[in-house]
Amino acid sequence: MELLYTKEIAKSFGDFWALKDINIHVPQKSIFGLLGPNGAGKTTLIRIITQIIFADRGEIYIENKKMKPADIQLIGYLPEERGLYKKMKVGEHLVYLARLKGLSSHDANEKIKFWLKKFEILTWWNKKIEDLSKGMQQKIQFISTILHEPKLVILDEPFSGFDPINANLIKDEILELREKGSTIIFSTHRMESVEELCDYIALINKSKVILDGSKKEIKQKYKSNTFIVEHTNDFDGLNNNFELLEKEILDHNLFRSVIKMKDGQNPNSLLSALIEKVQIHSFIEQIPSINDIFISQVNAQQNE
Amino acid sequence: MNKILLVIQREYLTRVRKKSFIIMSIIGPILIACLWVIPIWLATRDTEIRTIDVVDESGYFTNNFPENGSLLFNFITIDVAEAKKELTQSKSYGLLYIPKIDIDNPDGITFFSEKNPSIDVIGNLERILRSEVEEIKLIRSSIDKETLESLKVDLSIDTINMTDSGEKTGSAGVATVIGYIAAIMIYFFIFIYGIQILRGVIEEKSSRIIEIIVSSVRPFQLMMGKILGVGAVGLTQFLIWMFLGFGITTIIGSYFNINREEAITVSAEMEAAQDNSGQLVAEIFSSIDAINMPLLLFAFLFYFLGAYMLYGSLFAAIGSAVDNDTDAQQFQLPITIPLIFSLIVLSAILREPDGNLAFWLSMIPLSSPIIMMMRIPFGVPYWELILSMSLLILGFIFTTWLASRIYRIGILMHGAKVNYRILGKWLFMKN
Repeated sequence: MELLYTKEIAKSFGDFWALKDINIHVPQKSIFGLLGPNGAGKTTLIRIITQIIFADRGEIYIENKKMKPADIQLIGYLPEERGLYKKMKVGEHLVYLARLKGLSSHDANEKIKFWLKKFEILTWWNKKIEDLSKGMQQKIQFISTILHEPKLVILDEPFSGFDPINANLIKDEILELREKGSTIIFSTHRMESVEELCDYIALINKSKVILDGSKKEIKQKYKSNTFIVEHTNDFDGLNNNFELLEKEILDHNLFRSVIKMKDGQNPNSLLSALIEKVQIHSFIEQIPSINDIFISQVNAQQNE
Repeated sequence: MNKILLVIQREYLTRVRKKSFIIMSIIGPILIACLWVIPIWLATRDTEIRTIDVVDESGYFTNNFPENGSLLFNFITIDVAEAKKELTQSKSYGLLYIPKIDIDNPDGITFFSEKNPSIDVIGNLERILRSEVEEIKLIRSSIDKETLESLKVDLSIDTINMTDSGEKTGSAGVATVIGYIAAIMIYFFIFIYGIQILRGVIEEKSSRIIEIIVSSVRPFQLMMGKILGVGAVGLTQFLIWMFLGFGITTIIGSYFNINREEAITVSAEMEAAQDNSGQLVAEIFSSIDAINMPLLLFAFLFYFLGAYMLYGSLFAAIGSAVDNDTDAQQFQLPITIPLIFSLIVLSAILREPDGNLAFWLSMIPLSSPIIMMMRIPFGVPYWELILSMSLLILGFIFTTWLASRIYRIGILMHGAKVNYRILGKWLFMKN
């Protein structure tokens, strides 16, 4: 089931169309990667979902109902450009943000205590924000995003500014949120975290969605029937059904070859063709990385 | 609505808890008190008695100067050159040299002193000499002093305001002072707290908290919350100042009153002065009575808040459009011009509180709060007041709408070079 989907969303700024006919489907309890080059329209789409700005056309459905103004309580949003009131204290700042999200004063206090304890920073309660380091402030911002237990968590570049240890901590929290039933929209340029975390992705380029679906399916779709074979004994080529793309010497008499199958072939026919000529040490299908798909798709559109 | 309250609460509490607010709340009334007390103190303190040597070659005045509270005359009969030499050794303040003069054209009177003599002393001497010469001339024309005294007439015009509730004694002077104070207070309030709104919005923008907040509240709610919160801070400070200022002035004032009573028993001269000032005080009170105080207070509060809302929203709009204080300055100018203009034309309004200029400026919402507060102590027809207030309400609804259009776009724009054309574009941009 989908927690959120959009129908034909479009948004213009003057003469410029920031978004055109955007349809995305965010399944429940998933991590949904929103990808795209700079200026593609990701932030605009997120701002429309969080009701910071309004679309010219199109509709957003959340839990199968058309989204209402009050539904922003269901969302927790961590923007890419984020900050805090420098002069406020950690505790009162979190209470303020939680109450703006509709929590009662008592609930807010309880939840904040829970999270500060969990991150082992309960002693920060009376510290001023301006006395915290950037990474510490990022933690506070992350807590403020998820305090009210939103059904939909939108994270825009959540790992920027974190050291590897804290980035890992946040990553675990994101996974735990999904376990507990939250849905996460995750916008980032770090493809390795997309590979690691996302169940679904949408790729936006030049104001349009050019790819949308589960990460696995998209990878399957863009695989090029290419296999990587490590073998001993050299060979010059196979029959016309196979194309040797590259060959590399790893050790004396140990080679790595990249072979592309023509249509109508299957891995077994490649294997039997190889067995005749070389000794096989390993045989792996080359699955394209999200990074490769991203670059090839965006470039393809660029060249159109 | 609930969220606006939360925003107001935050804006209010963070500002009221600041050290600068607490310090200003204490220093303000002391400054106000000083404004009252220092003139009183200056007026009542003992003046220094100065000895002045007099060399009178004319022979008109010998031993004939009247006693004066602050000047003591010491007539000497030595040569001027010698007297000048002695002056440097003596403790005398200065040397008054009167050469042989023509009583019809008394030229050449000179005052020698080591220091630059004060205007007070010279003025005193001139007054004494003038009256002495006049007297000599009167005697010469065989008019005696008593005849002259009987010729003097004491006359002053009482002003009566004809109002619905009867006739009241009025005073243009008191009305002027009250009008000025009210007008200037509105002016400063708008400036001080308008700038605070501006800074607050810029802070939210530059610290990048803005996008987090507007994902929970509507930009309009945030803007209104800030304007109202800062306004509440201003009112709080204003009330603290009033109470503390009033308290301090009363305490110090009563202390001086006691002192003055003691002084009266000592000096008969002082008593006469006290009589005069007593009469003055009575006059002031009766003219304050003539001004409709409840109306004045209500109007003050109304224009005070109305003006603040009107200008405050414009300050918020500017803050949202720029990234830092420096950029804000170019947009502040068009807002400050009507304010400063209102202050400048106050003296013109004063000359003719019911004139055309006064009427129109007290209708235009940008200038009406300051101009109207100047006019009210002189009496303004109710229909004018109601029209002006309604226009002010419409005015601030309009500026708030205008500001919110700019604000909702501006707060999300970073690093954009903004000019008036772009602001105009934002105004009509869809949300």
